[in-house]
Amino acid sequence: MGFELFGLPMIYYIAMVVKVLVVFVFVLLTVAYATYAERKIIGHMQVRLGPMRTGWHGLLQPIADGVKLFFKEEIIPSQADKFAFLLAPVIALIPAFIGFAVIPFGDTIEVMGYKIPLQIAAFWDQGSNKIVDLNVGVLYILALASVGVYGIVLAGWASNSKYSLLGGLRSSAQMISYELAAGLAIISVFMMSESLSLQKIVADQAGFGWYVFKQPLAFILFFICSLAEINRTPFDLPEAETELVSGFCTEYSSMKYAMFFMAEYANMVTVCAVTTTLFLGGWHGPAFLPGWAWFIAKVYFLIFVCMWIRATYPRYRYDQLMRLGWKVFLPLTLLNIVVTGLIYR
Amino acid sequence: MIMPLINGLKITLKHMFMKPVTLQYPDERPNVAPNFRGLHALKVSHNNAKCVACYLCPTVCPAKCITVEAGEDANHDKYAAVYEIDMLRCIFCGYCVEACPVDALKMTQTFELANYKREDFIFTKQALLEKK
Ligand code: SF4
Ligand code: SF4
Repeated sequence: MGFELFGLPMIYYIAMVVKVLVVFVFVLLTVAYATYAERKIIGHMQVRLGPMRTGWHGLLQPIADGVKLFFKEEIIPSQADKFAFLLAPVIALIPAFIGFAVIPFGDTIEVMGYKIPLQIAAFWDQGSNKIVDLNVGVLYILALASVGVYGIVLAGWASNSKYSLLGGLRSSAQMISYELAAGLAIISVFMMSESLSLQKIVADQAGFGWYVFKQPLAFILFFICSLAEINRTPFDLPEAETELVSGFCTEYSSMKYAMFFMAEYANMVTVCAVTTTLFLGGWHGPAFLPGWAWFIAKVYFLIFVCMWIRATYPRYRYDQLMRLGWKVFLPLTLLNIVVTGLIYR
Repeated sequence: MIMPLINGLKITLKHMFMKPVTLQYPDERPNVAPNFRGLHALKVSHNNAKCVACYLCPTVCPAKCITVEAGEDANHDKYAAVYEIDMLRCIFCGYCVEACPVDALKMTQTFELANYKREDFIFTKQALLEKK
């Protein structure tokens, strides 16, 4: 293909579109079936069966749920700020999906003599024979994580309900405090790989040099803080059925409500993908499976761990949650940075 | 602090491989206990309800949901011309069964009492007569 645009061969653009589509469908399917898997796994952990009636062992349940949610009645509170009310779920959902742009989910593949890296925001530079990706990929992810909070605050404020407002503020306070600890936890990874580029971080972990072995504390802290940041149990206080009747999304119904939960599950997929990339060697693994298969296997394993945790631990109280974030995790992450600096420098 | 957390995870993982105890209800039916208190039934003897319309059961009923009206049959015997139980108010305490002096009332194992209209929950004598 001799055709060029902005000095790059056309195939790069086609590859980009294909990659975006494939990843989007992958995340969407994973989100849909994560809800099914969660019900099944938690069901079996509680010696129940979980969904059984739609399709073989309930396999069509996500589709049935989707259809049901589309046809449910939409309610917008009469005094609500309509525009912000409708915008909030979108703002919550989008950052959860676009985080995947910088995650390398496989090795390069060769198409018509051009190498295509399996990462959306990256291409193969023939001049230097290297993959060029966003050199601040991790910062991009951390930034996106904080954008999702706007959706929550906006939802709480636009609903014109005191419960929603309180719920939104509570949730954002929680997310922001854990974001800090999660960000600090991965600094030790940057220190070791001397880069913020996810390609470089994954390349550094080739051959089982996974950061989970070199930085076990950072791994555990990052994973727990991420759980808290995306409101997974045991930190799912934003839902707070008992005291704030669903908190920030009290007034939401039908698909708008579902979008918040899609965002939550998409966030879980993103967080598991980021954890895989930063700590579990990304797509590296024994050669009998292709790179992307290893990547998916690791991400799904982490998703399973999230559900396993949900089935096991009771919910934290709000003051316990805050104490844990500010008084335990934050000092531990700082300590980890100091120790990493002393040992590896 | 760490060990109890790990033990908890171990327990849930172990449970995941146990056989589920779920009953697939509409397909599989539960065996309720023999002394389960379900829908009432009026016992029948010699093709007639055994009830002698003594008014003991409406008196003892804490929910005041039994209506009895006595009538006189061809042999000048008292019988229940009207016998109704409002199942929406019944609390299934079984006092009516205990109070009956002629053992005319019993409770069955029927527990599927769902209906669409409120009126359909008022069980008349016809509906309550024991089915053989
Ligand atoms: S079971 Fe109890 S509440 Fe129901 S009709 Fe008999 S006495 Fe009344
Ligand atoms: S107590 Fe027995 S005999 Fe008396 S009215 Fe009730 S069912 Fe009839």
